[in-house]
Amino acid sequence: MSELYLTFAVFGAVAVGFVCVNLFIARLARPSAPNPDKLETYECGPLPVGEAWQQFNVHYYLFALLFVVFEVEAAFLYPWAVAYKQVGRYAVVEMLIFVAILAAGLGYAWRRKAIEWE
Amino acid sequence: MTLAIFAFGGLAAVSVVSAILMVANRNPVRSALALVANFLVLAVFYLTLSAEFIAAVQVIVYAGAIMVLFLFVIMLLNLGSPEALKERGGLQAPIAAVLALIFFSILGAAGALGTALPKSQATHATLNTGGTAETIGRALFDPNQPWLFPFEVTSILLLMGIVGAIVLAKRRI
Amino acid sequence: MVIQNYSLGPIDLASIIPYVAMGTILGFILLIVPFVIWFERVVIALMQDRLGPNRVGPRGLLQTIADGVKLFFKEDLEPAAVDRSLYYMAPVLALIPALAAGAALPFASISLRMADGSVKSLPLVAGNVNIGILFILALSSLQVYGIVLAGWASNNKYSLLGGLRSSAQMISYELPMSLAILTGILMSGSLNLVDVVNSQAGSILDWNFFKLNPATGFFFPLGLIAGMIYLVAMVAETNRAPFDLPEAESELIAGFHTEYSSMKFAMFFMGEYASMLVVSGIATALWFGGWHAPFDFVLWNWIPGGIWFLAKLTFFIGVYVWLRATLPRLRYDALMNIGWKRLLPLSIVVLFAVATVDAFFFTKDTPAAISAPATPPSGTLTPMAAPGGGQ
Repeated sequence: MSELYLTFAVFGAVAVGFVCVNLFIARLARPSAPNPDKLETYECGPLPVGEAWQQFNVHYYLFALLFVVFEVEAAFLYPWAVAYKQVGRYAVVEMLIFVAILAAGLGYAWRRKAIEWE
Repeated sequence: MTLAIFAFGGLAAVSVVSAILMVANRNPVRSALALVANFLVLAVFYLTLSAEFIAAVQVIVYAGAIMVLFLFVIMLLNLGSPEALKERGGLQAPIAAVLALIFFSILGAAGALGTALPKSQATHATLNTGGTAETIGRALFDPNQPWLFPFEVTSILLLMGIVGAIVLAKRRI
Repeated sequence: MVIQNYSLGPIDLASIIPYVAMGTILGFILLIVPFVIWFERVVIALMQDRLGPNRVGPRGLLQTIADGVKLFFKEDLEPAAVDRSLYYMAPVLALIPALAAGAALPFASISLRMADGSVKSLPLVAGNVNIGILFILALSSLQVYGIVLAGWASNNKYSLLGGLRSSAQMISYELPMSLAILTGILMSGSLNLVDVVNSQAGSILDWNFFKLNPATGFFFPLGLIAGMIYLVAMVAETNRAPFDLPEAESELIAGFHTEYSSMKFAMFFMGEYASMLVVSGIATALWFGGWHAPFDFVLWNWIPGGIWFLAKLTFFIGVYVWLRATLPRLRYDALMNIGWKRLLPLSIVVLFAVATVDAFFFTKDTPAAISAPATPPSGTLTPMAAPGGGQ
């Protein structure tokens, strides 16, 4: 069964090959007229001040963390979704409790304005 | 069988190389990427063991979610520029070397004695259906199985994660 | 339409079908993109009462090919400040997941008459894996790296902002998307996309999108809500208007691909359209009956399923263009609000509404019927061996 997954590898390899071939052909075809000005980072004309690699908003981190939590929840939901019919009502109740606890977390984040973009 | 061993060898080499790259890289963003590669190889390992559901979850949760969080943290702390991380000396390297030596000698001893490693009890039937989402779901949510409580406790753990992050991040400085 | 299963020695038609499917879908995604772009430009010109492309080829059909050729001959500017290896890796990483997700997409089915006279229906799909939809989700969760790395490696403030915005947006909409997909899985009862499509055979009212209730046929249209959530999340996941903040040209120049020129830029373009095609294909397979015709109608029953699939795919590309022509770009806080405060709670509620209705009103409670005869001793950690399989 797991041989089937080789198709994904084939598709990935085709993607890599496609990009490499295209970039290679472009490399042969395109002109090259080097100029020190062309090495500048593009920023509306004036020279950029400082590097772009700087600190940024802590909010991105909060969203990413909430995302991880709910992604883990979703990971539990997949086996549940295909198995709950065989297990019966019991499984639905179990999962309701599980998700209700996480929903409380989402509610807390909501109240503390953590999912609000400022 | 030999093909399987070659495939395993190739995958193992990739995973070891990506792990070394992850530790050895000066640039944290590249380290994170090497770790993503390592997670992907791990997913392929799961696939070769017929654990397809775990493989998918490995990619979705670890490579797709947790590593994005890592990348955000790296950028948040501005560790991204190559000069930001300067290794400080100290006892870290020698202790790590000693621990690695102990770990590998345990592995070597287990391999040499050949008794410490349990034999796989997988049959063809468990290999074909054991890794599917359906089997895992039925085992996890079956009231006759002992996995209900750990499953519900997981949600408390995740809730603690949410609350902790918000409390820390929303503290007014 | 039944085709005889020809065979040449050990190789017969049935055994090469996966390879045919692989070639078809790879060729389709890689070659159709110029025409999708042409389609978009023509439709958007119609909607805005402009002429659109009309010079190169009949009705401007070759315009995007000419644009592509032009990109081959453009100088490639690479700023001195970029992180070189990651800068080159980003376009590859943007294209791989988009293309690889196509492997699990079933787009037609073919009926073969086997040697013993029986008729076998085989799906045209490159990798018919048990958990196809999960693998598509796994690959789409990797899509974020191409964009965030492009933004970071460029060492340009606009690029970095675009990359960050885009990654936060993509992860925010991935949650409602997975939960909506889960609702579809609940309705179809399988993670295998071929089974999902086959569960929607029949008429338009059997499609998950229009299915009123899994059991009775009349109830609140939950599938429709979940399907709409998926459609919104799908547009956001592919960074298309009105969710195209990552490349908001009025504020970020071109967002994450500001520093990319010539063919490297074209690869990002390609990746965007490839993932549009793939998510539209999932929408078709999961909500709109895949290759099944909307009605059993004698005049069109000879049309092969692949044509229906293509028609539905074209419809979704049309929706993309329609949205782009109609809606202004969202503000970032509005975007996050919609994702986290509207779509996420709504998708959770819909998921449990479907499960509850299903479990409590229309199925018997049968926990005793679980095939778990031999519970293993609780000390051994072998959950896999427990319920003894079922297929």
